[in-house]
Amino acid sequence: MTRTIPISLVVNDRHVDAELEPRRTLADFLRNTLRLTGTHLGCEHGVCGACNVLLDSEVVRACLMLAVQADGHAVVTVEGLSPARGLNALQQSFKTHHALQCGFCTPGFLIAAHALLQEDPHPSRARIEEAISGNLCRCTGYIPIVQAIAAVAQEQRPDAAGEPRT
Amino acid sequence: MSAVEPSSGSAVERFEDERFLRGEGCFVGDLELPNLCHAVVVRSPLASGRIVAIDASAALALPGVVRVITHDDVAGLATPIPIRVGTIAGLEHYLQWPLARERVRYVGEPIAVVIATDPYLAEDGADLVAVELDSDDAVVDIADALTDRVRVHRDRSNLATSYAVGRGDVDRAFAAAAYTRKERFRCHRHSSVPLETRGLVARWDAASERLQVWGATKVPFYNRRLLAQMLQLDERQVDLIEVDVGGSFGARGEFYPEDFLVPFAAKLVGGAVKWIEDRRENLIAMNHSREMECELEIAADRDGRILALRAALVADIGAYVRTTGGIVPAKAAMFLPGPYDIASYACEVRAVVTHKTPSGTFRGPGRYESNFFRERLIDMMAADLGLDPAEVRLRNLVRPEQMPYAIGSLVPYEGATEYDSGDYPFACRHALEQFDVAALAPLRGELVDGKWQGIGMACFVDSSGGGPPEYARLEIDAPQRIRLFTGASSSGQGHETSFAQILAQALGVAPHAIEVVHGSTTALPRGTGTYHGRGMVMGGSAVSRLADTFIAQLVAEAERRSGVPAAGLAYRAGAVSRRGDGTAIVSIESLCDAAGLGDEGARKLLRAEAEFAQPVATFEYGTQIAHVAIDAETFAIEVVRLLTVEDCGHVVNPLIVHGQVIGASVQGLGGTLLEQFVYDDSGQMLCGTFADYLLPTSTDFPNVEAISVDRAPSPLNPLGAKGVGEGATGAVGGAVANAIADALRSFGVRVCALPLTPSKIAELIDEAAAPQRR
Amino acid sequence: MKPPAFDYVRPATVDEALALRDRHGDDAVFLAGGQSLMPSMNFRLAAPGIVIDLNGIAALAGVEAHADGSLVAGAMTRHRFFETSPLIAERLPLLSRAMASVAHVAVRNRGTIGGSLCHADPSAEWPALCIACDASIVLQSSAGSRRVAADEFSLGVFTTAIAAGELLTAVAFPPWPKRRGWGFEEVSRRLGDFALVGVACVVDLDASGCCADARLVVFGAGDRPVLASRAVEALRGCRVDDGALRTAAARARADVACRSDHHASAGYRSRLVEALTHRALTHALHSAS
Repeated sequence: MTRTIPISLVVNDRHVDAELEPRRTLADFLRNTLRLTGTHLGCEHGVCGACNVLLDSEVVRACLMLAVQADGHAVVTVEGLSPARGLNALQQSFKTHHALQCGFCTPGFLIAAHALLQEDPHPSRARIEEAISGNLCRCTGYIPIVQAIAAVAQEQRPDAAGEPRT
Repeated sequence: MSAVEPSSGSAVERFEDERFLRGEGCFVGDLELPNLCHAVVVRSPLASGRIVAIDASAALALPGVVRVITHDDVAGLATPIPIRVGTIAGLEHYLQWPLARERVRYVGEPIAVVIATDPYLAEDGADLVAVELDSDDAVVDIADALTDRVRVHRDRSNLATSYAVGRGDVDRAFAAAAYTRKERFRCHRHSSVPLETRGLVARWDAASERLQVWGATKVPFYNRRLLAQMLQLDERQVDLIEVDVGGSFGARGEFYPEDFLVPFAAKLVGGAVKWIEDRRENLIAMNHSREMECELEIAADRDGRILALRAALVADIGAYVRTTGGIVPAKAAMFLPGPYDIASYACEVRAVVTHKTPSGTFRGPGRYESNFFRERLIDMMAADLGLDPAEVRLRNLVRPEQMPYAIGSLVPYEGATEYDSGDYPFACRHALEQFDVAALAPLRGELVDGKWQGIGMACFVDSSGGGPPEYARLEIDAPQRIRLFTGASSSGQGHETSFAQILAQALGVAPHAIEVVHGSTTALPRGTGTYHGRGMVMGGSAVSRLADTFIAQLVAEAERRSGVPAAGLAYRAGAVSRRGDGTAIVSIESLCDAAGLGDEGARKLLRAEAEFAQPVATFEYGTQIAHVAIDAETFAIEVVRLLTVEDCGHVVNPLIVHGQVIGASVQGLGGTLLEQFVYDDSGQMLCGTFADYLLPTSTDFPNVEAISVDRAPSPLNPLGAKGVGEGATGAVGGAVANAIADALRSFGVRVCALPLTPSKIAELIDEAAAPQRR
Repeated sequence: MKPPAFDYVRPATVDEALALRDRHGDDAVFLAGGQSLMPSMNFRLAAPGIVIDLNGIAALAGVEAHADGSLVAGAMTRHRFFETSPLIAERLPLLSRAMASVAHVAVRNRGTIGGSLCHADPSAEWPALCIACDASIVLQSSAGSRRVAADEFSLGVFTTAIAAGELLTAVAFPPWPKRRGWGFEEVSRRLGDFALVGVACVVDLDASGCCADARLVVFGAGDRPVLASRAVEALRGCRVDDGALRTAAARARADVACRSDHHASAGYRSRLVEALTHRALTHALHSAS
């Protein structure tokens, strides 16, 4: 029962080898073994989204994956989205729009927003709201988060103008 | 130093954001210490029962389990957790010990603590602690509790406290009134549920005999004092350190059983212990709130001018009285008359214990409940008298010329109180205009596009500040390295920015030069904390005083050096010079240079301390309006629009204030339409996951707005600030319930209880349709 | 909320997975998307001795389209695939649309059709969708394989027709008839939550535009999805007006037993059965013509 399993994966573009018990979740592996504490645990049952990471470019709940399942895959956490110093455009937009207060939910939202913008660079407001509906925030009431993402989506449009709700 | 743009009042982007955005925040769960052990709390699976035996042998046999702590281990040391604030006679008999002894009284009550080398192992160990309980009957509702059929605390009535407050002459008012109406209302159990669960890391260093505890917030200085007492240590041996905190909303930072148990465990094992609550625990063990019933009666003249309110309210406070004592029912009673000029008022207040999670304060404590009770009854009165609900409110709101408005002595542990300043009718009219209520009038109660349309409003007043002083301290190491230490704590309010703005403005320096250190007992010798909107009101004002103190220090030094009296000197942007001259006599820059060369006098001048004392609370106020549309078939409730107009006095950072009101509104909407802690008859809490306790998401309430007005700065502090952040939450129950009742007016439903959900609306409609039984 | 200890294997083939299951019996569980099993283990409601991870079995992933128009979806096909695949949008549009109601993107990226069917939550979409499409569930064991009609697969709360030692390997969808319309309606407390009540239906028109057949499934109401046959009987024919739809909806309400819980009363659910049946049938008829 305490048999450990070797795994080999890429985390934030870095190769990682590890050996661990199968029951260790991907979230705990990232946080405790790799000390990437930007991924947070808010519920450990897949609802709050604070543990969102990218697995092979798709958003997944790190609390609902075993670390051993990430063997052979590429994981990106909020640390991996950040530039070496400072903030990327999405992060800066969050700051400008006051899209965070306590900051606990923020990494999960950044991952979800990043994935959305990769798939759809110009999402409508309704699309944005839907894409982040799997992330809970208790502080902001969401509206500034939607605005922050919409602003980046808007900026990426060549014909940027006021956008109607669809 | 060059002149700097005014900072206070500007929408400065927050300084603290960068670390959170990069995933570099440091929350208590992120802390790692050498040789860290992990604690898991073993909790009662039953709501009521006698502890027959606790057998930890199997747990202790598990490799990795270090220790199992039960009540016997703490008996010699621990005391029941005392009331910090809200002391009302009687409540002191219902306090909670950190670990259950002899009996358990709610599902989730701590029974034992398992310490292990790893959190997974600690949970394995907890599973192996065999607790034998003799189950007893549970009492889970107010009516049953009041009969004392089953007593939560064997030798005591379930009626933990009972008292009456009032003003004027209620009996005479009712006797003379042309109109009276009585209704019963019910507010449901829900609470803070921050996204970060609670957690603590405690380390005992035997060599230096020092205890450090990370994860503190809200009232760290008080908690340190209490913890030291409970552990029989000197306060100076204990540090409570605030790291990044994932939201509080009133429930985090109070002294819970774990706040004793985790440091105790650290001391016991002689090392470091980490405890991170999981979500299932959080929903069952972090303070609940809001469960309250009220029988409310209104007396008015034919024009809807309110003459009196008579109320009897009962709060279900759970199994034990927590640190916040009787605040919730007491404040419900205090704020029941709200922002209205009501000459006579009488309220009987009762608090009962039940076999449920203990209750504490949650954003707008007591206000949410009583705003709902009162605003519903005002709308009912308006309908009865054929009056417009907005007109009725305007007719009754306290007028600016009545300020300060004496409300009497409505709280047992507070004296006579008055609303300090405000233009309540202005806020109300402004909200009505901005919402364009007049244009929406034809929609009210009508079916449009398959949805019943309703408009509802609530006027509110809320208090902030008061209580003990707040403290601030300054250390300047270099002109661009100013450190500001505050006793105020932070759980997302942006103090690292707003306090820097205040100091920057006063000192004429760039806000980015200021680093704010908050909440930890290591920051400064005395402090109080953040609750009751006192972050800005008290903490911000302390910063303002600190700036004054520092400047006075520099001016005095300049006086000493130059011989020019203070009246002939002026401070500007970091330097004191002769008025009209401009040549610096003393400057921050030159003092820093001197201090760098070892000049102790200079170093002392670059430090200052101040406190701000103002035991009298200030009152923010506003009006909130809701437009709802209810699907005629599914009864899905759409909040078409929610607007809050609030006067929180002088605004230091509009971005932050706006964010607070939006967040507060959405939290109120969650509470009104989605969230509820439901119990079954045996005291099992049925909403133990996020699939059952439903928090609002991005798609639920996308149309929420907030407008700040600064019509009536507070006369009670140098900033002119009133608090912000709780008022909007407190109004939502009333505003939205009124809108729903408005939408459903053709059905003749009685909207008197929260929460309001599509299923409950179906029940209300069925009830209204059912033939009257005599 | 950490899972209890278990052993873990990741077989590469179905046969290996079955052999492991045979060896370990009830002490083994299959791990598909993990979106239901992992919460269960995190809450320590499930404590298997060994977890057999299906994510390495290539044969279980992917959808095969056959010449006759039928589709066979491997058990490990993710919800997200059904949501975004042009093939599914074209051949099984009901499934495409319904996926938007399944939890949230992060969950849909991992959750699978096989996992959802086996978990058999009464409020889940997949069991109802399979019944509406008259799909067959393919079950394999080391003794061989069998097919179970979707409407015989869900037997109750978290209970299916799967026998010990069996693995759900695929779901076979019959060809989507040319003149088929579909409807999908769901009411939940919030977007992505489990359904309080949901309705999935298909309506088939014949060459002259008359209704030849209809299948209507109600889920979330009781302990399993219900094929409301009697309700749609009277729809067969050529005069399907709104009155007929309302009658069908009323019949569905009468025939489908509803449960109460802290989210919704039985009475409210009943009301939804009727309202959503009407809406789903209306949409189905419109989309058929």
